[in-house]
Amino acid sequence: MTKRLLSGDEAVALAARDAGILLGTGYPGTPSTEILEAFGALGGRAQWAPNEKVALEVGLGAAYGGGRALVTMKHVGLNVAADPLFTAAYTGVTGALVVVSADDPGMASSQNEQDNRRYAIAAGLPMLSPADPQEAYDYFFKAVELSERWGLPVLFRMTTRVCHSKSLVSGRSAPEVPKPPHFERDIPGRVMIPAYARPAHRKLRAKLAEIAAFGETSDLNTLTEGRRDLGIITDGVCSLHAAEASPGASFFKIGLVHPLPVERLRAFAASVERCIVVEEGDPVIADALRAAGLTVESKPEMFRFGELDVGRIRRILARDTSVEPPLPKGKPPELCAACPYHPVYATLRKLDCIVAGDIGCYTLGVMEPYRAMDTCVAMGASIGVGLGLRHVLPAEQARRVVSIIGDSTFIHSGVSGVMEMAYNPPASGHVVIVLDNGITAMTGQQEHPGTGRTLEHEATGKISIEGTTRAMGIETAIIDPFADPAGFERLLVERLATPKLSIIVARRPCVLAAADIRAWEKAAESSRVSASCAGCATEDA
Amino acid sequence: MSARVTNVILAGLGGQGVIKASDILADAAVRAGYDVKKAEVHGMSQRGGSVTSDVRFGPRVLSPMIPRGEADYLVVLAPSEVAVTLPLLRPGGLLLAPDFVPEAGLTNKRSLNVALLGALSAHLEIPEEIFLEAVRAALAERLHAANEQAFRHGRALAAQVRARTAGA
Repeated sequence: MTKRLLSGDEAVALAARDAGILLGTGYPGTPSTEILEAFGALGGRAQWAPNEKVALEVGLGAAYGGGRALVTMKHVGLNVAADPLFTAAYTGVTGALVVVSADDPGMASSQNEQDNRRYAIAAGLPMLSPADPQEAYDYFFKAVELSERWGLPVLFRMTTRVCHSKSLVSGRSAPEVPKPPHFERDIPGRVMIPAYARPAHRKLRAKLAEIAAFGETSDLNTLTEGRRDLGIITDGVCSLHAAEASPGASFFKIGLVHPLPVERLRAFAASVERCIVVEEGDPVIADALRAAGLTVESKPEMFRFGELDVGRIRRILARDTSVEPPLPKGKPPELCAACPYHPVYATLRKLDCIVAGDIGCYTLGVMEPYRAMDTCVAMGASIGVGLGLRHVLPAEQARRVVSIIGDSTFIHSGVSGVMEMAYNPPASGHVVIVLDNGITAMTGQQEHPGTGRTLEHEATGKISIEGTTRAMGIETAIIDPFADPAGFERLLVERLATPKLSIIVARRPCVLAAADIRAWEKAAESSRVSASCAGCATEDA
Repeated sequence: MSARVTNVILAGLGGQGVIKASDILADAAVRAGYDVKKAEVHGMSQRGGSVTSDVRFGPRVLSPMIPRGEADYLVVLAPSEVAVTLPLLRPGGLLLAPDFVPEAGLTNKRSLNVALLGALSAHLEIPEEIFLEAVRAALAERLHAANEQAFRHGRALAAQVRARTAGA
């Protein structure tokens, strides 16, 4: 096969297709989003889940059934999916389950820079860490192989620069044909009541010991001999930066970052005069090796923060801890000029609201000229945080608290906040504004269960936001804030003045997606019509 | 084929076609037989913020990111981004600022990205026809004429400047 220029995300999608992945699911999140989109475009069965926890559970079910499954998310998505993940490590899988988690060191588009290599340690799961698109392609098959060989979910850690860099990739000519799914009952293996979970935990640890032994000889971990005076232990994209920063050094590149090949690393560290671990994010590898009694140097604390690159690695190697020149300060992103949310933020600012915000484009309401957001923590957090503020603030302030959340975020995890609101209403009531622009806009306009269209924009079941909130007994109004800004302001003033619970759905399509949404909806509508006609014809026959 | 790695940074604002231009450059370098890597940060840049894209090509490229201050060429599509990105250029490197190609010379002013790519191409060892293939492959057919015009126009302007400099 000829080499093609692919991003890491596209390389994973191609590998998933070539490895016979039966189902790919996930929730959009930069920098992981393009994996499922590309997998779908290659003909794979790709679908968006309401959130990462559900995605992981669907993938787990597929893998219990003997299928090969792929689940994708950004790093913080794994927090949402952590509950099933930890116990899936005990149950294991019958087919294959590869869980891609895309870290964002430097926070190009994220609310934190957590290092998900820690999840591999915490859950006790093997984790692979590719350095570039070709490795992302090759390692994906290894991940499937490990998952089936040890019957465990495998974590696949990517980072922004692996996901979004492009380089030349050569793929396999013949796709793998996995065994067809088949259900086999295994009650003690899959029903995690304490009596079955206790032995399952021991079994997991025994598998990990075997995988550690495998890592000691696997070609996922590679030694490149060079100068004796400097040995560099590294993983992921840092291995490429480091090779450029110090071309003659000896390198030990770790592809299987959990469990670590400790004995090979011990020998490597002993074979060089100075051994340093160059890793992005937390000193995960350095700490583990030091705990195992190896003499290795860790990077200075200042390099825990942000991305590493060739220049920063030169500094690490030179033990240069002088102040770094600031990164170029470009123009920050802002709400699109024609964004339907402008009147919403203008009103929130005018009314001096205390705004519990959420994750999405609309977080940009925090920027000038509005500065109309007071908190932003996690997907769906706006509602719980708003309620907490309402519960404790003095009445004059509590009355001004508003939660603001987008449509996709509402579906993801905001809806549980509405249950809390109905169940534990603050004395002053509460107002939630759902900014419904009909798409997951921030990540590049992906569908979600509220749009009524699948990942590939075909008609499917549609969750009504107002239907959901009204079913919970919350008074819900719908308004187009762009067409009627004065009406929006009147409505908000009126709702803030009463101690009742209320939801305002501010609905108008995303200006970037509006034309596409119209086209998708037109196509979806015609398929809905023809589907109902087909049913009608069958009844007649 | 040049033995060293060539480093090009393209910069501008979201929506200006920075990523498109870097895709075309990377594709042209692949077609010319080089090892190629490119890196950029997606996401927030879609909302009108600053966008930069690194393209590196040569016999073998390691890191996908150009070390700061080591770009050989800096191609900037927005006047506001010139001062911000200038520290990325190596001493003696070449800056191609947006005013290098006046709007009046373009059939479609939205083709500035491809016009500046044309100007850049005059300095690279990649043949013009390979670049034009990459331009056509990246764009819908209805955009081909305007973008080929933009590419040739940018390339001609750069060739004139080079000729003047050589003659002086």
